[in-house]
Amino acid sequence: MTDTSSLTNMKDAVMAAIIDLGKEHDDVVMLDSDLASCLGSNAFKEKFPNRFFNCGIAEANMIGVGAGLSSMGFTPFAHTFGCFASRRDYDQMFISIGYAGQTLHLIGTDPGVTAQYNGGTHMPFEDIALMRQIPGLTIVEPSDAESCYDLIKQIYDTKRPSYIRVNRKGIEHRYKRGEAVLGKGIVLNEGKDLTIVATGALLVSKAVEAIQILKSKGIDATLIDLHTIRPLDTGLIEKYATKTKKVLVLENGRYCGGIGEMIAGYLTQRIDVRMSFINVGEQFGEVGNIDYLCNTFGFTVDNIVSKAIALIK
Amino acid sequence: MDNSFLKDKALAIRESTIRTIGNFGSGHIGGAMSIIEMLTFLYYEEMNLSKKDDRDRFICSKGHAGPAVYAVLADKGYFPKEWLSTLNQGGTNLPSHCDMRKTPGIDFTAGSLGQGLSAAVGIALGQRLKNYTNSYTYAVIGDGESQEGEIWEAAESASSWKLNNLIVFTDRNGQQLDGYTKEIINMDGLEKRWEGFNWFVQTINGHNFDELRNAIKKAKNQKEKPSMIIMNTIKSKGFIPGERIVANHSMTFDLNVAEKAIEELERRERI
Repeated sequence: MTDTSSLTNMKDAVMAAIIDLGKEHDDVVMLDSDLASCLGSNAFKEKFPNRFFNCGIAEANMIGVGAGLSSMGFTPFAHTFGCFASRRDYDQMFISIGYAGQTLHLIGTDPGVTAQYNGGTHMPFEDIALMRQIPGLTIVEPSDAESCYDLIKQIYDTKRPSYIRVNRKGIEHRYKRGEAVLGKGIVLNEGKDLTIVATGALLVSKAVEAIQILKSKGIDATLIDLHTIRPLDTGLIEKYATKTKKVLVLENGRYCGGIGEMIAGYLTQRIDVRMSFINVGEQFGEVGNIDYLCNTFGFTVDNIVSKAIALIK
Repeated sequence: MDNSFLKDKALAIRESTIRTIGNFGSGHIGGAMSIIEMLTFLYYEEMNLSKKDDRDRFICSKGHAGPAVYAVLADKGYFPKEWLSTLNQGGTNLPSHCDMRKTPGIDFTAGSLGQGLSAAVGIALGQRLKNYTNSYTYAVIGDGESQEGEIWEAAESASSWKLNNLIVFTDRNGQQLDGYTKEIINMDGLEKRWEGFNWFVQTINGHNFDELRNAIKKAKNQKEKPSMIIMNTIKSKGFIPGERIVANHSMTFDLNVAEKAIEELERRERI
């Protein structure tokens, strides 16, 4: 059990969990696609040289090789950037993993605008929508080091495939170890006026700031960190949506098929609720630093505050 | 096994495949019939399937040849022969394309071309990791399937990892769904392509048991590279109505046509 409290990058929390799993379970193998130094998966290679395979710049084959390894009783963790993890090797994830009943945990790094200077080609806005179409596949996006470690450890136990959407750089230390439970969103603040749902380090952090400003304006917001995107924690979402009747969903990606649409699709069958959404809309990604990109796509504290105020009016 | 046993067995597998597809009314007859000697040789002479885990594996990456594989698996007792008449019926365990979740004896799911070879690379890697030093992974791909980019991604990874326990066949029947391969995307010179990817390459008549036997022996005798055995084959071989036409990838025919075709095949085989 690696201590994650002093880690300084999310990628280190990812690799701490996988390396600890590798120590505990002989069946854990790691595949990368010429991005081992980006994630730090070469640390797995150092510990377990026979159980690491750099598949080169061939993501589709990496998934297929992982599928074959899974059929032989191994549990592969495979890494590439989220854009390639979703768009480039989708058919392999769908058929050779999902349809074939295999287990592979796909780590898609640099979600949404966090791809920054790699630009539009490297920004996965639709990865959640795509991965949601694969029956039985779990999707997580942790917002801090401790939940990242805990969720990856728990994902291993599911014995089912998953997509782990996670930023590599920067880190938050928000939770105690053991606090994050796969499939159960975390309520970071309880308020009666509206419910804000956020996912991932970037947007959960912005939302934490936003609810303080809202509080200073006399607005009490519930904040849910929806670290497990699929299966959706319907009970928790419905509970707070019923209490507040207003739900604002923040999403570092596209509405179509994404988290906001998933929540709306569920809630509108159950309760009367008014919803609002912050997401990238119909745009492609572009280069820029994170502040520029957050301004461009509306991922700012000010925008969250103004959307929240508009929603409750 | 002597060749006469294998020849009789291949005839029986052919007839079973024709009946299975004829009973349903349509199916991928062409690419099923072209790999029957290879399947017969692997399942009745070559492969060691006695253990649950440490055993040979076979992946039919050209998954639409499922009915031929099912004929073999039924004969080997993986499931009751009565299942063959359920091909493609709702609720069947025998879908048109090989499905490991449905059919006992299928080592990997295929249907989206190219993917089976990547899985075969992973399986061969898994055998090595588990120290199954006497087990081999066999796979068959099509020459049309080789137009898929994933085939070549798999090829470069297998040779980089020196997977000498991986023996792959190309069913070079020269045809694909839309017609002759050379008229669609030319796949000439497959030998040079695979040699260029650093595989151990042989070319044989895919309908000849001696050549299959010798090629597999040579493949096993070299310890450095994955093996590619390019089989020159005839699409629809043995389903004579299909041999006469180009459009034999998937054909519609009923059980009466199937039985007549089987009679015609037996007359030819007896000569």
